[in-house]
Amino acid sequence: MFKLIWLFFRVGAMNEIQYRVNFVIQLFQSLIALGTVLIALALVFSHTTTLAGWSRPELLVVMGVYTLMGGLINLTIQPNMQQLLNDVQQGTLDYILTRPADAQLQVSVRQIHIWSATDILLGTGVLFVAFFQLQTSLGILQTITFVALLLFGGLLIYSFWLIMTTGAFWVIRMENILELFQGIYQAGRWPTTIYPNWLQVGLTFLVPVAFAVTVPAEALTGRLTIVTLLVALALTIIFLLFSRWFWKFGLRYYSGASA
Amino acid sequence: MKYRLDFYLQTMKIAILASFQYRVGEYFYMIGMIAEPVIYLVVWSTVAQAQGGMVGGYTAGGFAAYYIVWTLVRNINIVFTPYGWEWRIQRGELSAMLLRPLHPIHYDLAYFAGMKVVVIILWLPIAIILTLLFHPTFNTTPFDVAVFAVAIWGAYLIRSMLLWLLGMITLWTTRVSALYELYFAIELLLSGRLVPLSLMPPWAQQLASFLPFQWTFGYPIEALIGQLSTQQLLLGLGIQVFWIVTGWLLVRLIWHFGIRHFSSVGN
Repeated sequence: MFKLIWLFFRVGAMNEIQYRVNFVIQLFQSLIALGTVLIALALVFSHTTTLAGWSRPELLVVMGVYTLMGGLINLTIQPNMQQLLNDVQQGTLDYILTRPADAQLQVSVRQIHIWSATDILLGTGVLFVAFFQLQTSLGILQTITFVALLLFGGLLIYSFWLIMTTGAFWVIRMENILELFQGIYQAGRWPTTIYPNWLQVGLTFLVPVAFAVTVPAEALTGRLTIVTLLVALALTIIFLLFSRWFWKFGLRYYSGASA
Repeated sequence: MKYRLDFYLQTMKIAILASFQYRVGEYFYMIGMIAEPVIYLVVWSTVAQAQGGMVGGYTAGGFAAYYIVWTLVRNINIVFTPYGWEWRIQRGELSAMLLRPLHPIHYDLAYFAGMKVVVIILWLPIAIILTLLFHPTFNTTPFDVAVFAVAIWGAYLIRSMLLWLLGMITLWTTRVSALYELYFAIELLLSGRLVPLSLMPPWAQQLASFLPFQWTFGYPIEALIGQLSTQQLLLGLGIQVFWIVTGWLLVRLIWHFGIRHFSSVGN
């Protein structure tokens, strides 16, 4: 399985790296997006000193995690799910299904938009700056927890996208729903604790933005509780299992494009 | 003149019918769009609470009012995207539009205006739900409503011109995405879209007053929620007229040069 993933990664990356101008364009876009977000943060803090108990460097941590996770999503999850959606609509999913490797694995790793790695780097850069401002040191345990939570967050988002895209087997025209997700994901720029309760629940268990961004940020700023960590782990496992089951369920109903 | 009016009405009719067909897709799009203002609303309400109830002249209820009207104005602001020009040129649609006896901008203005009719109707339930969820406070007078009804169309016209000007750059070069991204970022900050302009630092507010962006976004919102005096309302309408005329003249000018340069490369 890992050989397959590595193969897809290499081919995909080589394919994209030829277009070096795209790197510059992506960098420019990422910088503008980051600049806008930082300006928003500065504006908020020109009027107040804390936001729902989070200080400015702590919010910078949230922004960093948001950018990093966004980069990860645009690197692998979004291109693959987009391709899957196209395949279902065009009927070319059949080619994937006839191959001897597991279909879910293939549709999940075959595409890679390598230039989104700039967002990952920028996000990490923002985290470094935030930590410099926080002037606390980061313990080994904290770092490991953070990385683990990032992994859980990524897997949660992946499972969520897969569930949504699997819906295409029935609904076919899923683009608008996926765009809806992009909009909701923006809520992750700020810690989800600021939203009204009903919205927080939605952002935690329906669209797992809270676990993708806020919880890893909590790990870095020392707010993480054991309960949250365990819930994150449990939720990730549940989402992964459900998405796998739903995918297989969908495949059974998939009637293919040709007779 | 009557012929132009007829063209507008017919195109609007077509747009209304087409948009109405895809109303479910439109709804998903509109719902996805409210994520942005709801986020801003929550953040600024939180700041207002931390500052003892008010910040920049807005209470939490004031912010709710601002951002709910925001959702309508945002939809009115949607016009033909400058990114669409490359697509249009490549598909030969621009060449086809040039064959018509009317300047192509009239088609865009008429078509999107028609879409707005459907958008306004679809928006009303969303506005009601948002009002129930976020408890806005309005200080609106009937005069405010009247000015708003005029101002949103002024906003629509100004933004149509601006984005047409951006789009026309494609007549010279296709490497435009960086410029567009920069434009949209500046517009986000200086139009009242990210935050009400009264929350921006004074130098930014000064800068914004010289630019057309706030007249497409912040001004209509502030008019409807009752934030402006009669004098400011009328002055704003006057400035809108100024920008519409300026925009129109610039469009004619740049079009004159651009269309000579345009050689319809592509299929």
